[in-house]
Amino acid sequence: MSATLTDRPTRPRTARHGLFSLGLARIGFEIKLYFRSTDTVFFTFLFPFIMLGIFTAAFSAQGNIGTNPDGSGGISVGAYYLPGMLAAGMLLSGLQNLAIDIAGEKGDGTLKRLGGTPLSPLSYFIGKIGQVLVTGILQAVLLLIVARFAFDIALPTDPEKWLTFVWVFLLGVITCAFLGIALSAVPRSGRSASAVVIPIVLVLQFISGVYLQFNALPEWMQNVAGLFPLKWMAQGMRAVFLPDSFASQEQNGAWELGLVALALLIWLVVGLVGSRLTFRWIRKDT
Amino acid sequence: MTTTPPAVRVSRLSKSYGAFDAVTDISFDIRPGETFALLGPNGAGKSSTIEILEGYRDRSEGDVTVLGVDPQHAGLDWKARIGIVLQSSGESGNATVLEQLRHFAGLYPDPRSVDEVLAAVGLEEKAKTRIHKLSGGQQRRVDVALGIIGRPELLFLDEPTTGFDPEARHQFWDLIRTLKTEGTTILLTTHNLDEAAELSDRAGIIVGGKLIDIGAIGELGGPSARIPMVRWRDAGGVQREARTDAPARLVAQLARDLGGEPAELQVIRPSLEDIYLGLVRGHAAGSTADTHSTEVLA
Repeated sequence: MSATLTDRPTRPRTARHGLFSLGLARIGFEIKLYFRSTDTVFFTFLFPFIMLGIFTAAFSAQGNIGTNPDGSGGISVGAYYLPGMLAAGMLLSGLQNLAIDIAGEKGDGTLKRLGGTPLSPLSYFIGKIGQVLVTGILQAVLLLIVARFAFDIALPTDPEKWLTFVWVFLLGVITCAFLGIALSAVPRSGRSASAVVIPIVLVLQFISGVYLQFNALPEWMQNVAGLFPLKWMAQGMRAVFLPDSFASQEQNGAWELGLVALALLIWLVVGLVGSRLTFRWIRKDT
Repeated sequence: MTTTPPAVRVSRLSKSYGAFDAVTDISFDIRPGETFALLGPNGAGKSSTIEILEGYRDRSEGDVTVLGVDPQHAGLDWKARIGIVLQSSGESGNATVLEQLRHFAGLYPDPRSVDEVLAAVGLEEKAKTRIHKLSGGQQRRVDVALGIIGRPELLFLDEPTTGFDPEARHQFWDLIRTLKTEGTTILLTTHNLDEAAELSDRAGIIVGGKLIDIGAIGELGGPSARIPMVRWRDAGGVQREARTDAPARLVAQLARDLGGEPAELQVIRPSLEDIYLGLVRGHAAGSTADTHSTEVLA
C-alpha cells in the first residue's frame, strides 16, 4: 500500500446519479455475478432443460398424449411438458433465484456494505428485477429453441398465442421476482436459505401441473394449487403451447386467461407489499 | 478558538437490546480532520456505538450528529460523504477486485480513481482476481479500498487491520496518514494498541458500555498512569511492585536493603497497552475513581 492518493478539491456532492441509471448499472453487475455462480446456473437456469430432457426420455416410449381412440394424433410427451417447464423456469428465475440470492447477500454482509453506500434500495431492486428479466427471458428463449430443434416440438404460429405468451411470461416472472424478494426475509441465515426456499418451490411444482399432469391430480389438490401463482402460470403457458382441444382437460374446461391475469396480479400486489415491508439492508435489533 | 462544528458529536448516547444495556450514557466529539480511536474489550459496546454513528442501528437515548446530520434519518447524500470499513467481510466475492471497485466507484458522485485506490491498497497485481480467491488479508484490503473509493469526509474503520501481516499493517498505516493529510476525519476501532498510538490523535476507552476515559493518546489514564513501575522478588520470594517517579532511587535503596541485586528486577515505563489494561482492569475491579490500584510511592 503505497500512499499515493492525489488530493483535489472535491466537487459539490449534491449532484447524484439518477436512481434509474444506478439501477441499470446494477443490472449489468448482477447478471455477471449470476452467471458466475455455479449453483444458480445449474439449479435455476439449466434445471428446466434437464427436467424436459428427463421427462422426454422417460415417457416417450408410452406414446403421444391426448391421442384419438385409434391411437393417432395427440402431442409428444415433450410438447406436453414444455408449458410446465416454461412456468417452472419463471418460478425458478424469479422466486427461487432471488429468495436464495438476497438471503445470501444478507447473510454474507453484501447488503450491509451496500447499505452504507449512496445506493438507493430502489436502484438495488431495479438491478434484481432486471437480472431476473434478462436471465428469465434468455432461459425461455433457449428453452423454446431447444424444444423446437432438439426435441422437434411444433411451436404456435398464431401471433395471438405469442401475445398471450408475452404477457403471461412478463407478468408471471415479475410477480415471482417480487415474491422472491419478499421470501428472502424468511430464512434466518444465508446458509439456511436453500433449505427454506427449495421445498416450497418443489412442492409447488408437484401440485401445480409442472411435473405431474394437472388434470390427473385430485380436485382438492388442484384447488390448493389454485391458491398459488405457479398453477396459473402453467395454465397460461398451456393455453399458448397446447392445442385448443386440450382446454377441455382444464379444471373448468377452459383456459380462463382472465383468471390467470387476475391471480397473477393479486400475487404481484402481495409480492410488492411483502418486498416493501420486509426489505432491510440489515436486521436492526431494537 | 475556532468554532468549527465537530465532525461527530455524541451526547448522552445509550443503546439497549431488550434488558441488556450495550451502551450507557456515552458522550464525545470528534473534530474535523481528527483521527479518533475507540478502544475497549470485545463486547464493550464499541461496535454498537460505531453502528449507530454509521446509521445501521437506532439509538435508544441521547443525541448523535455525524457531519451535522442525525444518522438515524440520514439520506443518500449523507452516505456519499462517509466511508465504512465494516468489521468482518464474508462476501462470496464472485466479482474481481477491479470489477467490484469500479462498480462501487460508480455509486458515488465524486469517487477517487480506481487505479489510484488499487495502488494505494497494494492490489494492482490482483486487480483481475476474483475476491473469493484472495487471502484474508488481501480481502481486508479490498474492504479498505471500498471504504475510501467514494472520497469520504469521514471514514469509519472497524478493526481494519485484522489478518494483515506486519508489512501490510505498516503500509496501511501509511495510507491512513495520507488520508489524514488530506483532511479526512477517521473513527478507528482496534485491538492493536500500537496501531491506536501510531494513528490516532485522541482515544476513548469503552468498558461495559461506559466511556471510562477519553483524551489525547499521550494523556490517557492521567499522569499517574505513566508513573514508572519497579518490580522485583523480595527475600521471601514474594513478587513486589511499586510505582515511583524516582525508580533509580528506589532501586538503589532496594539494593542497599537487600544487600545485593534484587531478584528479577524490572523497571517498566507503561506503554499505551499497559495503561489501557490498567484502566480496563481497574474498571472491572469496580474502582472507577482510582483506576491505578498499585501502591504509589512519592
